[in-house]
Amino acid sequence: MAEKLLEVRNLTTGFLTEKGLVKATDRISLAIEKGKTLCLVGESGSGKSVTSMSIMRLIDYANGVILEGSINFKGEDLVKKKQEELRSIRGNKISMIFQDPMSALNPVFTVGEQIAESLRLHQNKSKDEAWKEAIELLRMVGIPSPEIRAKQYPNQLSGGMCQRVVIAIALASKPELLIADEPTTALDVTVQAQILDLLQDLKEKLGTSILLITHDMGVAAEMADHIAVMYAGAIVEQGTVEEIFSNPSHPYTVGLLQSIPGFEGERGGELYTIKGTIPALGNLPQGCRFNPRCPHVMDKCRQVEPGDIQVGDEHYAKCWLFEENGKAAVAGKGDNIHG
Amino acid sequence: MAKNLVEVNNVKKYFPIHKGLLNRVVGNVKAVDDVSLTIREGETFGLVGESGCGKSTLGRVILRLQSATEGSVKINGRDVHALSNRELNKMREEMQIIFQDPFGSLNPRFLVKDVIGEPLKIHTKMSAKEIDARVVELMEMVGLDPTRRNRYPHEFSGGQRQRIGIARAIALKPKFIVADEAVSALDVSVQSQVINLLMKLQKEMGLTFLFIAHGLNVVRHISDRVGVMYLGKMVEVGETESLYAEPLHPYTAALLSAIPKPSPTKKRSRIVLQGDVPSPANPPSGCRFHTRCPFAQEKCSQVEPKLQEVKPGREVACHFPIGVEGGSDMSKLNR
Repeated sequence: MAEKLLEVRNLTTGFLTEKGLVKATDRISLAIEKGKTLCLVGESGSGKSVTSMSIMRLIDYANGVILEGSINFKGEDLVKKKQEELRSIRGNKISMIFQDPMSALNPVFTVGEQIAESLRLHQNKSKDEAWKEAIELLRMVGIPSPEIRAKQYPNQLSGGMCQRVVIAIALASKPELLIADEPTTALDVTVQAQILDLLQDLKEKLGTSILLITHDMGVAAEMADHIAVMYAGAIVEQGTVEEIFSNPSHPYTVGLLQSIPGFEGERGGELYTIKGTIPALGNLPQGCRFNPRCPHVMDKCRQVEPGDIQVGDEHYAKCWLFEENGKAAVAGKGDNIHG
Repeated sequence: MAKNLVEVNNVKKYFPIHKGLLNRVVGNVKAVDDVSLTIREGETFGLVGESGCGKSTLGRVILRLQSATEGSVKINGRDVHALSNRELNKMREEMQIIFQDPFGSLNPRFLVKDVIGEPLKIHTKMSAKEIDARVVELMEMVGLDPTRRNRYPHEFSGGQRQRIGIARAIALKPKFIVADEAVSALDVSVQSQVINLLMKLQKEMGLTFLFIAHGLNVVRHISDRVGVMYLGKMVEVGETESLYAEPLHPYTAALLSAIPKPSPTKKRSRIVLQGDVPSPANPPSGCRFHTRCPFAQEKCSQVEPKLQEVKPGREVACHFPIGVEGGSDMSKLNR
């Protein structure tokens, strides 16, 4: 196994609300290897963004509290660091890109100035050097005639171009880890294809590790080396991209994949649905958090919460179905997932 | 074959651009530019395209939520844009819309029973008691718990609110419903529930749908025929399965290839389009797609192609459609 760049252990992040402490993520453990992409997938409210904000320790500014766990980045525990110390890591060794490129950029500065600012701040470059490098970065992220574009304001650029600018800013400091939170959700599919290609290309060229957060199983299939599936604040299944798609094990993952209408085969029939709705984080069911919606629920599921159970090579699921002899009842269910 | 319920003929919708001290009109945003289509009774017509292509505007013009600059729309044989206000109001019983945003489309100060019951109050002479009974019936039809009818929209989840919007749309037993991105804002597991509901209602009530969406896999699942729009123009229309399997227009091919498929083993050959969609205020000459088309030839920048049938059940607006004799050849693309 390759060297781990980031290793998160039992990360639990909570928010103090009127109704008491609510755990938005519950004992998250994940690891990202050097030069690899981990995709965190899940539906809205599953805790994907809270996880990424916790890793950046930006959660402190959103009234979140890290209750337990460690975030090991290159041998240092980010949970124990002070915000001042983190400032030299954030935007330097770890960068982040957000969902909405238009609101991530400052409307009153030109895009060139915004890239240059990041270079001056983190790398102590002179004004001229920074400007020259900003133009090079714009060229690298595939913006045509970068000298002209650098002098323009965000509102003069399209959504796809703005996202390229945001990526350029994130890459300015040559980070080792790039956290991308739904980077293509606000974009049209043909532009999404361009941005995904760009990220893939840069990852190969620069050897950057990527933590990609997405709700789109299609994006995950295309980009990921490893996938972690989140449900109601916990990672319920984790494994290599091939394992997750060829042998989805947790009933939630299976249901999620089956709910997607396909591009081939039969159409117009009834779609698979996961019955019920996602539980409120402050009011999780006892035992397995998926048990009220699970088609395979057993008595044990209603009482005891399952831990990670190995179901394949580097493939774990939090599900009692796999307790004894690994692949049991639900295995093979993934066969009829549409392409 | 079923008769045509909706006939759209050469519809144009221009939004004027005003500028300067005197507020002169200096140009037009051509949101919908000369589009024709027909929807048969009981079918679902899917309309796809990227943001800004005019698909939502077309949907609104069809229902006369916006007036057309030119052209006519006939629903059930009557020209919607020629009706008087009173006639139009009557006509609205037959045509309804479901909106995208389940949060923005419901009045937060109305109880759910008032949201669903309002069309009945306006269009029928039902008593309050009859309306209440109908609201209960409607809520059961869309899978909502009728005991919750005395609550406000904010007490419902996104998927449930979309069901409220659907109950409101079917309250008057319409013939024709425009679903404008009705499932786009929902998570996949909720999305599949709402899609199943729409298809069930269509079967039970014999509804005709214009299903506007950018999610191409959803459109494939629900639609009988599909129209693809680009920059205000209809570039391709065809039977769903054949259109998805063998797209004729290079834009359709690129659009379909751009969707990431939930299967890591199928690394598809993707046509990555260069650049962005041009401005609809100043669209390119000739074929509007020629600036981004990997197969563009000289003729494409000069002569605008007309939408015409090239195969049975398949229409395309392209001088060199893919897979047609003398057309574009996918295998010649450098990837």
